[in-house]
Amino acid sequence: MITREPVYYPPSSNPFEKFGRHILRLFGSIGRGAMITLRGFLCFRYMFSRRNSYEICYQMYVVGIKSLGVITVVALFTGMIFALQTGLELSRYGQEVNIGGAVTVVMLREMGPFMAAMILAASVGSAIGAQLGTMTVSEEIAALEIMSIDPIRFLVMPRLVALTIMVPLMTFYTDILAILGGALVGNSQLGVSLYAYFENALLYAETKGLYVGLFKAWLFGVIISSVACYKGFNCRGGAVGVGRATRDTVVVSFLLILIVGYIVTRLFYQ
Amino acid sequence: MIKFDQVTKVFGRKTVLNGFSLHIKKGETICLVGTSGAGKSVTLKHMVRLLTPTTGEVIVDGECINHLDGQDLADCRSKFGYLFQSAALLQWMSVGDNVALPLREHTNMTNEEIDAEVRAVLRSVDLEEAIDRLPANISGGMKKRAGLARAIVTKPEIILYDEPTSGLDPVTSRTIDELINRLKDTMGVTSVVVTHDMISALTVGDRIAMLHLGEVVEVSAPEDFLNSEHPEVRKFLDAQYISRDFLKERQFSE
Repeated sequence: MITREPVYYPPSSNPFEKFGRHILRLFGSIGRGAMITLRGFLCFRYMFSRRNSYEICYQMYVVGIKSLGVITVVALFTGMIFALQTGLELSRYGQEVNIGGAVTVVMLREMGPFMAAMILAASVGSAIGAQLGTMTVSEEIAALEIMSIDPIRFLVMPRLVALTIMVPLMTFYTDILAILGGALVGNSQLGVSLYAYFENALLYAETKGLYVGLFKAWLFGVIISSVACYKGFNCRGGAVGVGRATRDTVVVSFLLILIVGYIVTRLFYQ
Repeated sequence: MIKFDQVTKVFGRKTVLNGFSLHIKKGETICLVGTSGAGKSVTLKHMVRLLTPTTGEVIVDGECINHLDGQDLADCRSKFGYLFQSAALLQWMSVGDNVALPLREHTNMTNEEIDAEVRAVLRSVDLEEAIDRLPANISGGMKKRAGLARAIVTKPEIILYDEPTSGLDPVTSRTIDELINRLKDTMGVTSVVVTHDMISALTVGDRIAMLHLGEVVEVSAPEDFLNSEHPEVRKFLDAQYISRDFLKERQFSE
């Protein structure tokens, strides 16, 4: 059951007891969030039914097409800023030709998935948290449960599928645009020819960097959808609760993206 | 059909149901009345296991539902239709799609059959013209009727109404009362109606149960309820200017 009764603890003035309860709540949240994610993955077997595939396509449209504008601008300017800052420093040593490699490596390995995930967590994750939160406080989730319609299959699975597909795709798009943005600045501001820029970019670009970046993006997609759905389903207290769920979705997603991003980097680049 | 056996429900330090016992018979309409916070909606939510008793048992069709899960819980819930106070319609779906949802999810009916069934049910609640409209674009009374249509489309044995007339004007409230009575007559359903509205309770109820501080303080037929000497019942009736002769006066005026 998704509709859960709130857990109450008797009041206590003992600071150790209070701390212990915070820890219990934290682990309870992690456990419930993990169960929602796991059950979401188990529902992948229903994704090819007609109604579910329509819903998945719609969610992919929301995640991908509707976020395209902001991702395009952010990706281009990220590449341009990074190329300019790096190029100015490298030009002091006559090495500005290497900005192609620098931009490519950084975007593929780290910045591409990170930027795409941050934008999607702020735009799509918050929207999912708010929508499911509103559905929870207006008893729509309870109504689904009474009709024996599993909210995990009906609501979580399409969003999980959409984000795990679209975050890697948007990451790849971010990588390409950022590299192009870097080329634009390199050519116009630093006097690096386009041929030299791309030759240098291809010299340093490695398949592992792309794969690890896309793997990170996939994990970030899981994180954003899981956190948003968990926060939405556990929303309490009307409009204020929906606001809190939305804010928590963004904050927790950002933190987990940073922590998981570091762990994956550490695992693949020891 | 539904039995509450010494049910207690505690939220934190607040005891909402306190040794609550009630037996709801098959085919009857029982109204749960009482002041806000008396535990009426909590009682309703126990019947479909949206809430679980702290102690005591909730028994539906001879089966204790306290620990039901998975398919058993789904089977138990399939006996119920539930009209929420806010109607709880899915906001991105049209009224027709909302009503069709349980049929699409749980039956093998074709789209044509579902469409015909949805139109028939919407017609029965006088809402066929709103089939393509979104919940945000219809009135409160229409939302309640759409929620009711969704609750009855699977032909449940028991219908639970959570404040079906709250927030509605008197004319629309009486329309909802007529619908509840019509459903009872045509479908023979067991109905549990949570309400503050005594006129509604006296119109639709075969029995009326008064809740106070999580306990049933009076449960009787409407005529006997009006003559109850329990101070809480009297206070509740007097607050709504309902006299002991309310039913006789209404019969006379009709």
